[in-house]
Parts: sequence; C-alpha cells; structure tokens
Amino acid sequence: MSGPVTRFKSPVRFVFDVPAGPTVSRFLAAVAEGRLFGQRCPTCAKVYVPPKVACPRCGDPLSPEQLPVKETGTVTSFCVVNVPYEGQTMKLPYVYASILLDGADIPFPHLVDAEPADVRMGLRVRATWSDALGPTLESIRAFVPTGEPDAPFDAYKEHL
Amino acid sequence: MSDVMRAPYVLEYGYRRSTGPVIGQFLTALRDGRLVGGKTARGRVIVPPTEYDPETGDAVDELVPVGDAGVVTTWTWVAEPAPGQPLARPFAWALVKLDGADTAMLHAVDAGEPSRMKTGMRVRARFRAERSGTILDLEAFLPEQAS
Ligand SMILES: [Zn+2]
Repeated sequence: MSGPVTRFKSPVRFVFDVPAGPTVSRFLAAVAEGRLFGQRCPTCAKVYVPPKVACPRCGDPLSPEQLPVKETGTVTSFCVVNVPYEGQTMKLPYVYASILLDGADIPFPHLVDAEPADVRMGLRVRATWSDALGPTLESIRAFVPTGEPDAPFDAYKEHL
Repeated sequence: MSDVMRAPYVLEYGYRRSTGPVIGQFLTALRDGRLVGGKTARGRVIVPPTEYDPETGDAVDELVPVGDAGVVTTWTWVAEPAPGQPLARPFAWALVKLDGADTAMLHAVDAGEPSRMKTGMRVRARFRAERSGTILDLEAFLPEQAS
C-alpha cells in the first residue's frame, strides 16, 4: 500500500450489559421451554405478549397470572427486507412482521417464512420452534402461513 | 424461576470516513513514518494540519515537515485505560507541541507512571512497525531521556 491515504476507519462501538428484569426473565424462561404466555392489565384487560412490568396505557402493574396464548396469530403489518447489512443472518429478501397472537392484544415483531409476495395484512400464521430452544425469541424459528382464510381487518384493527 | 437474566448488547457503526485533501496528506505521511504540518499564509505551522487557517479562514495548502519530538504543554493521567485507547497500560493523554510546530496535538505519552510526567518535558514519537494511515500509526510518545 503506497498510494495516498484517502479514507480511514472510524468505528463507534457501545457494549451494554442488559438485565431483562424479573418480568421478561420469567417470560424468556418459559420460551426456553417452548411455551408462550401473556399477562393482563387489571384496568383495561389488555393482554401483553411478551409481558411488561406495567401497562403502558394505564400505568398499572400487570396481573402476575400467566395466561396461555395460542401459537397461531395474524400478521398486522410487515416489511420486506431487501437491504444487506453487517451481521445479517437471513437470506435476502425476507419478511419481518408484526404478529398478533390469538389471545394477545399487542403484536410483537418476528420473521415470516414465506414468499414476500404472498405476505399480506391479515395473513394467518403459526409459530415454528427451533430445534435449539433457549431464553430468546429466536427459539421461535419463524412464523409460517397456516392456510386459513385471512383475518378480516375488523378482527385486528384495534391491535395495530 | 425468579433469576434475572442478563445479555450483552452491542451497538456498532463501522464508519469509514474520507480524509479530505489535507488530513489525507497528514495520514499518508504518518503511514510513511513522517510528521507534517500545514503552513498558513502568516507562517504559522499547524499540526495536525487543518484545511483552513483558524485565524483567517484562508485555505492551507502548503505542508511542511515537522520534528518527531516536542514538548508536553499539558497532560492528564489515565490510570485505567478503556478499550480502544492507544495503550492498554496506564498512560498520559498529552498535548504535544512538536519541534517546528506552533500548535500542540493530542496523543498518548507512554510514561509508565504519572511521576514521570511533567509539563514542559520533551517527548519523542514512537511509530508502529506496521502502519496503515491512521493516527495510531504513531503508537505513542516516549519521554525523551528514557528513549
Ligand atoms: Zn391497561
């Protein structure tokens, strides 16, 4: 290398040690066993999956009871990822979606294993679990279409 | 299960920056084991060079060699170096006014212990054997009497 220097690397790196807190830790322990649950707000009755400490709407602590939720749900929104970035593990293009589990009142983001052109709002999907379970939502490999008719918009419009 | 889980979370941006014409020449010289400064119209020598004279705003396009030794004008001791800092052992951040320069540049002084640091002391640059065109091609300055 002997030509003039015109560029240099200037990386910015932050390393955090993040505690999940007792509420999310209990949920992740269940995920490591292949189990999902939600917790309900005693005031507005909404069920949160993953559970939070308190209802973001009411501010009240969620009831400790672990409510079973289904492994099926509805795609409420999605995006098709076409842009490569460092550290990416998925093959492009892939679908990242907001998924409202049956029995839950807020969606959470996860992968949909389907042709991007076949993914749409209202698509019914089911969780497929990874062979290697652990305390991470990556224990769900992806959601796959169930083949059921699409959920009507009215069925999930309050949960976007 | 009441244990609280923890996990590392790393946020990293792998920026690459363009140097511009003046800093590019400074880094090219560093890679070649030399130090240069920018000479302003008034004859002041700025190290590291800037694209514009900070006093007048005029473009600085003449680069001149400066010495690889100089004087510490101020310093602070780093007892516990953080990851990514120039040295893994305790060192001093110092402003070093190189011979032939009119401004001081920030870099590390590998003095071993703070009792060996003094404002006004002379230090000399130690270059890395493997250089790639970054400010860390200059590994650190060393106290001159010890080098
Ligand atoms: Zn609520």
